[in-house]
Amino acid sequence: MAMHGMRGLSVFISDIRNCQNKEQERLRVDKELGNVRTRFKNEKGLTPYEKKKYVWKMLYIYMLGYDVDFGHMEAVSLISAPKYPEKQVGYIVTSCLLNENHDFLRVAINSVRNDIIGRNETFQCLALTMVGNIGGREFAESLAPDVQKLLLSSSCRPLVRKKAALCLLRLFRKNPDVVNVDGWADRMAQLLDERDLGVLTSSMSLLVALVSNNHEAYWTCLPKCVKILERLARNQDVPQEYTYYGIPSPWLQVKTMRALQYFPSIEDPNTRRTLFEVLQRILMGTDVVKNVNKNNASHAVLFEALALVMHLDAEKEMMSQCVALLGKFVAVREPNIRYLGLENMTRMLMVTDVQEVIKRHQVQIIASLKDPDISIRRRALDLLYGMCDVTNAKDIVEELLQYLSSADFAMREELSLKAAILAEKFAPDLSWYVDVILQLIDKAGDFISDDIWFRVVQFVINNDDLQPYAAAKVKEYLHKPAVHETMVKVSAYILGEYSHLLARRPGCSPKEIFSILHEKLPTVSTTTIPILLSAYAKILMHTQPPDQELQNQIWAIFTKYESCIDAEIQQRAVEYFALSRKGAALMDILAEMPKFPERQSSLIKKAEDAEVDTAEQSAIKLRAQQQTSNALVVTDQRPANGAPPPVPVGQLSLVKVPSMITTEDNGTLSKVDPQPPSADLLGDLLGPLAIEGPPGATVPSEHNAVSGLEGAAEAVDGSAIVPVEVETNTVKPIGNIAERFHALCLKDSGVLYEDPYIQIGIKAEWRAHHGRLVLFLGNKNTAPLISVQALILPPGHLKMELSLVPETIPPRAQVQCPLEVVNLRPSRDVAVLDYSYKFGANMVNVKLRLPATLNKFLQPIPVSAEEFFPQWRSLSGPPLKLQEVVRGVRPMPLSEMANLLNSFRLMISPGLDPNPNNLVVCTTFYSENTHAILCLVRIETDPADRTQLRMTLASGDPTLTFELKEFIKEQLVSIPMVPRAPAAAPPAPPAAQLTPQIPANDPAALLAGLL
Amino acid sequence: MGIRFILMVNKQGQTRLAQYYEWLTLEERRALEGEIVRKCLARNEQQCSFVEHRNYKIVYRRYASLFFLVGVDNDENELAILEFIHLLVETMDRHFGNVCELDIMFHLEKAHFMLEEMVMNGSIVETSKANILTPIQLMDKSS
Repeated sequence: MAMHGMRGLSVFISDIRNCQNKEQERLRVDKELGNVRTRFKNEKGLTPYEKKKYVWKMLYIYMLGYDVDFGHMEAVSLISAPKYPEKQVGYIVTSCLLNENHDFLRVAINSVRNDIIGRNETFQCLALTMVGNIGGREFAESLAPDVQKLLLSSSCRPLVRKKAALCLLRLFRKNPDVVNVDGWADRMAQLLDERDLGVLTSSMSLLVALVSNNHEAYWTCLPKCVKILERLARNQDVPQEYTYYGIPSPWLQVKTMRALQYFPSIEDPNTRRTLFEVLQRILMGTDVVKNVNKNNASHAVLFEALALVMHLDAEKEMMSQCVALLGKFVAVREPNIRYLGLENMTRMLMVTDVQEVIKRHQVQIIASLKDPDISIRRRALDLLYGMCDVTNAKDIVEELLQYLSSADFAMREELSLKAAILAEKFAPDLSWYVDVILQLIDKAGDFISDDIWFRVVQFVINNDDLQPYAAAKVKEYLHKPAVHETMVKVSAYILGEYSHLLARRPGCSPKEIFSILHEKLPTVSTTTIPILLSAYAKILMHTQPPDQELQNQIWAIFTKYESCIDAEIQQRAVEYFALSRKGAALMDILAEMPKFPERQSSLIKKAEDAEVDTAEQSAIKLRAQQQTSNALVVTDQRPANGAPPPVPVGQLSLVKVPSMITTEDNGTLSKVDPQPPSADLLGDLLGPLAIEGPPGATVPSEHNAVSGLEGAAEAVDGSAIVPVEVETNTVKPIGNIAERFHALCLKDSGVLYEDPYIQIGIKAEWRAHHGRLVLFLGNKNTAPLISVQALILPPGHLKMELSLVPETIPPRAQVQCPLEVVNLRPSRDVAVLDYSYKFGANMVNVKLRLPATLNKFLQPIPVSAEEFFPQWRSLSGPPLKLQEVVRGVRPMPLSEMANLLNSFRLMISPGLDPNPNNLVVCTTFYSENTHAILCLVRIETDPADRTQLRMTLASGDPTLTFELKEFIKEQLVSIPMVPRAPAAAPPAPPAAQLTPQIPANDPAALLAGLL
Repeated sequence: MGIRFILMVNKQGQTRLAQYYEWLTLEERRALEGEIVRKCLARNEQQCSFVEHRNYKIVYRRYASLFFLVGVDNDENELAILEFIHLLVETMDRHFGNVCELDIMFHLEKAHFMLEEMVMNGSIVETSKANILTPIQLMDKSS
């Protein structure tokens, strides 16, 4: 087909095609851009046809990956062209080049509206499609009613209505507050009676969006969906054009079944029967056929039917068929079907209890772990991870270990992490766990994160029986010809602590142990040497009677490293040398490590952190919530030294090597300091090596730190005998809630709330207008927390989705609940977490502000004078630019104010304002509606009076300017400087935070209560 | 939202058509296309048609020298998308007659018109080839 005269475009494309290399292509593109730019400059001379041609060139160049920073206006202006060809180009190119926030779109809004309400249905289609692709808030505000009318109009032809449906879908999704869908349930039900399959297909997408938002309102649509499915799948009542390889529109079938998955159940028995008949027919009647397309299409329908059955079949009428089918699929050769079989089996594990049946397919699944295709291997790994429990852990973990040696690098880290987690959770005995981890380190040392070896050390320290076994095991590994550095670290640590337990075995004298360790020293890096030095010091201490020769050897090493350039090594060498000359005093200082308080595995946390990118979150989350690990039970035993177990769950941060080294140091140095280590220090994995005196000595301080605990424990005991009435909120929070909240406004992880029973930690990641928070709910006790409930009361501008919070938190366990946040528009309002649980007779309910504050959606941006001033000038006057004199500012030096602003991601741009008393701030604000908007702030301070200042703010959005102004004002005027309570007196909890009488459905009232 | 983007890339990795249904900056597009091309083009016929990438999936299919790559949400029905690619190819075939890479290159606007009739904002809007092609035929007639 000819190009209809767009010869210039064809020539350009040929030229590009003939370019030999990227450089030539760039030159050709630059030439063309120059050409187009000049032509656009003399716009008056351009015919609509020429404009069209140049606009296509722009799109072509843009597609090649070159920036096209002009000509947008020309593309947009084609929308108002009177003729179809130009108009069409205008619409299509505009929706490819611009996004919903582009200013030029506003120019077109009237033309677009005229096309939508006009009589020309081809114009209507073009306009609806563009709005459906890139329509933003303003389009929603001015067009939603028109689009709704078109969709329902009986005089409108299907070709317009199908586009209206999807156009409305976008407007609704983007701005649910603007698009009024009250009363739409009946209209949707009516739409589903439509005969035209195009209209039905797009209406079904619209229904999915509406139902996912509020399924209760749309229950009348449920029988209609079943009817559509019946019409397609059973009666095959569709026009020829809509059958695809003999299958009535597989896409509509899939979409319809997807819509049905948003209804929790089907109450009406007739509807349910009809649906199950159809599903039964799909499940039983889908055969493998030769034609690939037909086969794919019928299996697309089949897999959706499987998903729907999993969702609806609470009575398990058809579940066994599903499992049987999936079992067949995971064994077939066809890679697509096998991939989907594995994927759906993993999904099935989550919805229903089919672990036992799935285990029958373990052999095939393991075979897929060795498939040449990484997509399939990933699915197999995920499924194996999900289906693992105490009974098959040994087999599965051993398979993973075996596979590790041949696995591709892209998967090794994930694989070893998963193997480590499974080994920890489902270990039949701890010696097996130690074996697995050592094998992991041996086979994939490079991929073993520090968390993994920290964790095994922690287990060994906490379990006396394990210590000689682990020591003997690591010694075996050290005899191997090539030993990974991580193995040297674990070995040095464990042998330093426990090699004396082996002393009577052959080859295990202190001297021999020392020499195997010391052999490795020349091969390791500076981070490992300190661990070796500690091991030497401990070996020396355990050598009884003292061995003069060994002592000389070790002292020589200490002396050698006394002048080491690495401060850490040097310090240890000096200190150990000095200490070891003290003789008996050494015994106390280098005593065995105390037991660690039980805590959630940092590995599982890590797996969850990593999952954002790997799409396997489901299985991990599922496992994490079960918490039935043997390993946990083992370590839940009271430590041998008789210390009471309830120690607060440690900090939430991952343990890192540096922290270990520094705490160890402090421990060593604080020898003369009688102050006992704080709970935080103890909580740190591999914490203080040299705690003053035996570990038991720290007990009293622990008691003081959590004195509320004992009372709590008594309350539980009491309730067992005499039923006490459920009391509300007699539990006092630890620490100041407001202070914690304000701290979290500035940083992204920390503790949000703590009381004697629970600690709620938070960890957040912010990216543009998205946020991902994880709530860590840690039960600090040896009894479960029950009736756990968490509700998010989001303000209007935040879309928040909290994943399921388990009703019970097992003893000493920590659960993680991800919370997704989307910022829709600027606002200072704050979301509230309404949290309650029951512990014994205590019903605790707290409402906590969540640190999803305005500043989290800011991104500091450096701005030069050339960029700043034109922007500043172009935003003139209210409402985009606002000025206010603020009084009652907390007086602070200018530098402190600058730091404060910086910490709110309001970036100070020095040098823009010649007056040294003024601050100029630039930042970008992100929200779904506004996308990125530059915000500029100027603060003029008066050196004579630090309590007042003048603030001028400008941004492209009036609400943003106002909200940001208020936000900054709040920070400057009333910075919450809650005085630290004296250590002796427990901080008085602000009463308001705990009053439960506030109506639970009104975030505003709640906030008032909080503030 | 379903479909996030549709790419047509030849076996040298050159983009022949790119349609995004979520806004990405030019840099993001370049990076994304580079990563995907590296991942998908190296795969062989015996491997499955789905590749996990970042937090979504790519469903792809190869026709002679041209790869059709569709980025979808993780919970999208993979096989339905795979056949949707084929439907697109069949539609182009009906219009061009034995469609090849050059047809798409030199008639980029036609390819866009067809896609426009088939997908809106990441959702499938029409699957009847006759209906998809009607506007294009109308235009050909009028010009």
